[in-house]
Amino acid sequence: MKLLEKIKGLDRNGNTYTFMYASGLVIIVAMLLATASTALKPVQTKNVETEKKIDILRSIGKAEGVDQARNKHAFVAETFEKYIPEQLVVNSQGDSIQGLRAFSIDLKVEMAKPLEQRNLPLYKAILDDGSVKYIIPLRGRGLWGPIWGYIALNADLNTIFGATFSHQGETPGLGAEISTPEFQAQFKGKTIFEGDSILTFTSIKVVKGGATPNDPHGVDAISGGTITSKGLESMLRDCLWGYQKYFEKIKNSISHE
Amino acid sequence: MSEVKEKESWFSPKNIKLLTDPIDSKNPITVLVLGICSALAVTVKLKPAIVMAISVTVVTAFSNLIISLIRNSIPNRIRIIVQLVVIAALVIIVDQILKAYVYDVSKQLSVFVGLIITNCIIMGRLEAFALGNKPWPSFLDGIGNGLGYGLILVVVAFFRELLGSGTLFGYRVVPVEWYIKNGGFYENNGMMILPPMALITVGIIIWIQRSRNRKLIEE
Repeated sequence: MKLLEKIKGLDRNGNTYTFMYASGLVIIVAMLLATASTALKPVQTKNVETEKKIDILRSIGKAEGVDQARNKHAFVAETFEKYIPEQLVVNSQGDSIQGLRAFSIDLKVEMAKPLEQRNLPLYKAILDDGSVKYIIPLRGRGLWGPIWGYIALNADLNTIFGATFSHQGETPGLGAEISTPEFQAQFKGKTIFEGDSILTFTSIKVVKGGATPNDPHGVDAISGGTITSKGLESMLRDCLWGYQKYFEKIKNSISHE
Repeated sequence: MSEVKEKESWFSPKNIKLLTDPIDSKNPITVLVLGICSALAVTVKLKPAIVMAISVTVVTAFSNLIISLIRNSIPNRIRIIVQLVVIAALVIIVDQILKAYVYDVSKQLSVFVGLIITNCIIMGRLEAFALGNKPWPSFLDGIGNGLGYGLILVVVAFFRELLGSGTLFGYRVVPVEWYIKNGGFYENNGMMILPPMALITVGIIIWIQRSRNRKLIEE
């Protein structure tokens, strides 16, 4: 009580009172925010994880049921387990790296490293008909912020089975069109290597004015979204070419069997 | 007996006025022209606009309430900082809750939830009202201003989503067969999605409001 009286007696515009008031307020607010953050963290992490899984599943066309699912998290986790039995991490020399999970790799960190030091995540999916797909995560830069996506390759490691792209804040109606199914559907059937072998890496070109219909490596760019289209093109090139050596190894091991 | 103060009822006409005035004649967006920035940014679709409206209402109401409760203890020299700390803390809590429970909407709102901190409406109400009034009227004033802001947001978002995307709440309103690419005659107005049309829509609302209530027209 003495302390209270002392505080009451203080000059409310004096330095001591002001300092004490500010410190007290900050401590209370800090405690409050720390509690809120700790309490909500698990739910937030779960949201981020589920979204990542949905993105991965979308590249192999297995994300349709998500919106109807009653328990989204459980549904996604189950579908993910079912279709993606194997995750691995490789490096640009083509060796697989033990002790790392593809799902916990932060692509933003990896893409900032030089190619030789990158840990490249790779998901192996097995669909209902037993066919194998390889899913590669992508991350790059659009006009206003990051863009990212997943690309699924057929077992020949060359033909694209499906692709999905997302963005943080590209211009609606222009660059943001990369996240529409119409744009993504163009990628199906395109090839990332020249011919049938996987020796010459060509990536996919996003062609302004429209790709020629028979171009195996070209898709139509978005009119009015040139910088996003270019960003998408370099994202594909930067993220895919590190896998070439590893793909060669898989191909060799298959042909030797 | 005269020392027994007449206790004002919780919903006296004066208090109700605090709640309804900001929705029409003292509307923060159309009359005071505050909080325009976020009104342009989050009104492309209805769902984010409504979540934003609720978030701003919660923040204005509770920051008004808290500041009013401690108004007599705040040292005058740091009162703006104290207000900011209270607002920032509330906004961060709201942001965390959105991230946890409506993740997809919180992604669409992105930085604009954080920017509620700098929304002029909130600090304006704290300075103009909460510092000099009792907690309950302050709380009502906060809710009123939040709703006034939210109402404009929802109206703007309604027209932008309808004319810009042909949907409402993500549900298709304009039939798919109407579109030119499907052999119809209709095309979404891409301009509605971009911020300038939001400004024009707000302008039209201000026009309609002032032509109905001539008292709002400046000399």
